[in-house]
Amino acid sequence: MKKLLVTAALAAATAFAASAASAQTLNAVKQKGQLACGSNTGLAGFGQPDAQGNWTGFDVEYCRAVAAAIFNDPTKVKFVPLSAKDRFTALQSGEIDLLVRNTTWTLSRDTSLGLEFGPVSFYDGQGFMVRKSLKVASAKELSGASVCVQQGTTTELNLADFFRANKLQLKSVTFATSDETIKAYDAGRCDAFTTDASGLYAERLRLANANDHIVLPEIISKEPLGPSVRHGDNQWWDIVKWTHYALITAEELGVTKANVDEMLKSENPDVKRLLGTEGKFGEAMGLTNDWAYRVVKHMGNYGEMFERTVGQGSQLKISRGLNDLWSKGGLQYAPPIR
Amino acid sequence: MTVTEPPGVAPGNRGNADFVRSAMAPAAKPPSSEVGAIAWLRHNLFTGPLNTLLTIGLVLLGYWTIPPLVDYLFIDAVWTGSDREACIYTAERTKVGACWAFVVDRAAFFTYGFYPLAERWRIDVFFVLLVIGIVWLLHLRAPRKDLAAIYGFVFLPVASFLLLSGTPSLGLPTVPTNLWGGMMVSVVVSAVGIVVSLPLGILLALGRRSNMPAAKLFCVIFIEFVRGVPLITVLFMASVMLPLFVPDYMQPDKLLRALVGIALFASAYMAEVVRAGLQALPKGQYEGAMSLGLGWGQMMRLIILPQALKITIPNIVNTYIGLFKDTTLVVIVGIFDFLKAIEASRIDPTWAAPTVSTTGYIYASIFYFFCCYAMSAYARSVERRLAVADKR
Repeated sequence: MKKLLVTAALAAATAFAASAASAQTLNAVKQKGQLACGSNTGLAGFGQPDAQGNWTGFDVEYCRAVAAAIFNDPTKVKFVPLSAKDRFTALQSGEIDLLVRNTTWTLSRDTSLGLEFGPVSFYDGQGFMVRKSLKVASAKELSGASVCVQQGTTTELNLADFFRANKLQLKSVTFATSDETIKAYDAGRCDAFTTDASGLYAERLRLANANDHIVLPEIISKEPLGPSVRHGDNQWWDIVKWTHYALITAEELGVTKANVDEMLKSENPDVKRLLGTEGKFGEAMGLTNDWAYRVVKHMGNYGEMFERTVGQGSQLKISRGLNDLWSKGGLQYAPPIR
Repeated sequence: MTVTEPPGVAPGNRGNADFVRSAMAPAAKPPSSEVGAIAWLRHNLFTGPLNTLLTIGLVLLGYWTIPPLVDYLFIDAVWTGSDREACIYTAERTKVGACWAFVVDRAAFFTYGFYPLAERWRIDVFFVLLVIGIVWLLHLRAPRKDLAAIYGFVFLPVASFLLLSGTPSLGLPTVPTNLWGGMMVSVVVSAVGIVVSLPLGILLALGRRSNMPAAKLFCVIFIEFVRGVPLITVLFMASVMLPLFVPDYMQPDKLLRALVGIALFASAYMAEVVRAGLQALPKGQYEGAMSLGLGWGQMMRLIILPQALKITIPNIVNTYIGLFKDTTLVVIVGIFDFLKAIEASRIDPTWAAPTVSTTGYIYASIFYFFCCYAMSAYARSVERRLAVADKR
């Protein structure tokens, strides 16, 4: 029934989207004086409230970065916490301007929901966690191991595929909720626990003895997470995309929150183009030429944002892995600004 | 002949009736099995084999559960700390109970949600006004109930709205409802539900029993339709579907949508509760009222409703308690009520530790239990007071 409702809503939304297409999101956002950003209702490291009631996390900082580019003020964001069910309709109905809510970019979502996905801000994927005492260094050594997994998820299917493809013997132990699954693993019901890597790091901290467990290096599925916007407003889409690319470029060029003011004097043409001391790249998008300077000034570069929210500067301590720069063996790559 | 005087007989009465006692013999002690602690135990705990078994079972259950619970909640509990380090297992700390430090750290968020720090005093004032209103209205011996009613039903709602939502003209900056959260939202949603549902429910119940076909049909359709759909569906429709059909600028506020949904939902249930009370009254009450020449309004106001509401107090309070707990469903539409505030905090990596989730839920259950128990305890005291009339 609920599924039917969602489908009906989305069908209506897609029809609606066509009329909203010509509407200039940027102008509307400037007029409202704040960016309405669809966020998670609570996901460790990506979007959660702190003790003072401020939203924090990786996805949240993305919204703030876009707000910084537009308003030169990262606090001009209205966060709209959305459940998985209502996130797309909220975007379609115009309730939010930008959706950054650990949403996996898939073909069907890209083509049938009237969305445009921006660049991938976080390459996630399914991984494994085991006890150190098991003395396993790779997921390929898990033959015959019992694996705790949540029922009815793509995680469960990926697990079966991976074990079959590698000719390993699988004993999966399934549970209805993620809380039950991790409890069972902690109680010793299974040798390994599997879910998305970002979740593994978060769940690990809640185990009785976090230091007795390690996350294995293999990532067995593709979960590209990124921001998405309404279909049809290309200017707005460009702004979201290039905010991400500016963050990556800043990291490549070594421009950080701390040194961005000094970098304004840099003679490097790439830095000059990024920070807007040369060229009129910001104006081409309807922003000011110092848009990227504003982003880095308030939020830092991609690496700083990553380490602060989910990386070494946080409790999660997720390693960069696929999210490292392309020049360091990762997948994060930005087209040149010129 | 010497007369042996029986003990206790006064010498002067000797001649009359020597066999009559003039003073009571001291009472014999009751058998030891019928007095004191042993008797109490026998009469209350060990009357028969079944009771004996039950008693032993309960004592054992208490023995098995209470000490570990006390250990967990108090003795092994962690009271101070600023992040997960305080509540994780270490070499020295092999037993960790409830992580109260987490609740202490997040107490402000649980209470005020995202409300701006500088404006939180407004919520405190709201809570104080609310408590004054509740005590004044509900305390049986409070003076000036007429003023209390004006305070509770006119002043309080208006003042709360101006305070919480903000009135720039009074120097209170507007706080949009997406920043509302925590206990404050739970209290606002249930208070609105409780205050709106009773009068609306009474109107619907009267409408359903009315002789006017149009009113009756409307009430029946409304009640049956609302009772036929789950609350989740109502909230989901209001939050997801509505925005698709109304233009941007006409969209009602998200919290308002949920408030209206919950209030209407509770009203339909309340209507059925009140209708049960109306039907429970003997027909003679109606006829008696009419034979006195009372009009319909007077009859309802003076004769029928006071009695009908009195018999339905347990059910009304039951509906209120259900409504209070149902407010946690507003999380479906992305509103951070008290429970959701705890849930969102418990996943925070800053506080990721084994017992943090449990502690958060214990805190939630204490709050909900306290509120629900207070409601039912008050209802029982009102019932007792009203029942005095029936005992005469």
